Amino acid sequence: MARKSAKSLNFLGYRRENGRVGIRNHVIVLPLDDLSNAAAEAVANNIKGTMALPHAYGRLQFGEDLELHFRTLIGTGANPNVAAVVVIGIEPGWTGRVVEGIKKTGKPVAGFAIEGNGDIMTIAKASRQAKDFLHWASEIQRTDCVMKELFISAKCGESDTTSGLASCPTVGNLIDKLDPLGATTCFGETSEITGAEVVCASRAATKQAADKFMRAFSDYQAMIDRYKTNDLSESQPTKGNIAGGLTTIEEKAFGNLAKIGKKTKYIDVLKPAEAPKKGPGLYFMDTSSAAAECVTLQAAAGFVVHLFPTGQGNVIGNPIEPVIKLTANPKTAREMSEHIDLDVSGILRRQMTLDEAGDALIDIMIRTCNGRLTCAEALGHREFVMTKLYPSA
Amino acid sequence: MTTHFIVHDKKDTVGVIVVEDVKPEMNLTGWIMETDETIRLKAKDAIPLGHKIALKDIATGETLLKYGYDIGKSVAAIGKGRHAHVHNVKTKRW
Repeated sequence: MARKSAKSLNFLGYRRENGRVGIRNHVIVLPLDDLSNAAAEAVANNIKGTMALPHAYGRLQFGEDLELHFRTLIGTGANPNVAAVVVIGIEPGWTGRVVEGIKKTGKPVAGFAIEGNGDIMTIAKASRQAKDFLHWASEIQRTDCVMKELFISAKCGESDTTSGLASCPTVGNLIDKLDPLGATTCFGETSEITGAEVVCASRAATKQAADKFMRAFSDYQAMIDRYKTNDLSESQPTKGNIAGGLTTIEEKAFGNLAKIGKKTKYIDVLKPAEAPKKGPGLYFMDTSSAAAECVTLQAAAGFVVHLFPTGQGNVIGNPIEPVIKLTANPKTAREMSEHIDLDVSGILRRQMTLDEAGDALIDIMIRTCNGRLTCAEALGHREFVMTKLYPSA
Repeated sequence: MTTHFIVHDKKDTVGVIVVEDVKPEMNLTGWIMETDETIRLKAKDAIPLGHKIALKDIATGETLLKYGYDIGKSVAAIGKGRHAHVHNVKTKRW
């Protein structure tokens, strides 16, 4: 089948009530807590075309960890890739807090509590609501949107040396090209800058942003120093990284940092799942380097399309934010082709320039924004993983 | 002409093998991306795709350079053309 080519940097998206633009039109069933997963999944099973986002937490959390839990759930519901939300929780108080948070976007949202009703009554009521939302959402049309309305996140996974040579620089080339056009972009992975932190700090647009980055970096290092039992070999870098030829965290860090290109500077540093507030530009987010945790936080901050360079073949997806995978490893492109949206291994054979690879990534990204399903979407990868900062009370 | 290994920066002391079949005594062609130079080197080990080859003799305790930056230190001597990885290179962090 002939590949279609995106004709311009404009795309067809869904413009939401608050003016933000999405590229998918999901109706989601969002559990507040682990106890509500069963009811949420039953609703999504009843109403075809809706999607439940089960997760492991939400009980007895407190302090900053609880704030992050709410910020992640509310941000996920508020993401412009989501048309409408049914929230289900064990009790009405915290359920209502998530509903009210999402409601600020103006999109349809309704909450249901299980206590006093039981699962079966809750599932029945929530299913009727989900069906109404689905009928409404299914008639929303895509409209013309421009690059300055697009929020793009990036994070790499199961990296190897080909990531630093070619697939991460391909993402960097895209960011260098789209930053001047007003795209809002994001990178993170705080521990994975270890060894390249001075270079990363020098890429901040302002001294405040550089200082904020160094504070987040130092706090993460202190956390690792507190809990580590060895030099983290096989954790960071992972066993997969090492199999792919990466030897040290410093080496991995410089490859990771290639994702922000050669000239773009980040304008602010975000807390996990915090939405950007300074307008278009590049942002650093303080996140774990684990793929699903990081992408879940970026999606909760409002990013709608994700660029994911992989070396050895990380298969991650996200339920609401399409994850576009690219690799420069010819073996991975061949052996795991069903996971790879863009093969840039030609760079290593000197058959493709970085500039051509960046253009090819822009092309597949625009097509994804227009509706083309990613490999991860087609294969059903919906890893929704909440970040937990410390044990519950 | 096949490029067998790629070097990020002129200052680097290791390069990355980008083909799947490097065996000992193979004559390799390398490309330095920063300067667009072609260099040649004889492999002394079988080195898998994505793994590093020493571009010079590296003494024990010496800092390895890649991307033009410090990526760790050798914990054993690494001869020119030998495989540089976790058996002879360690992080300076953590």
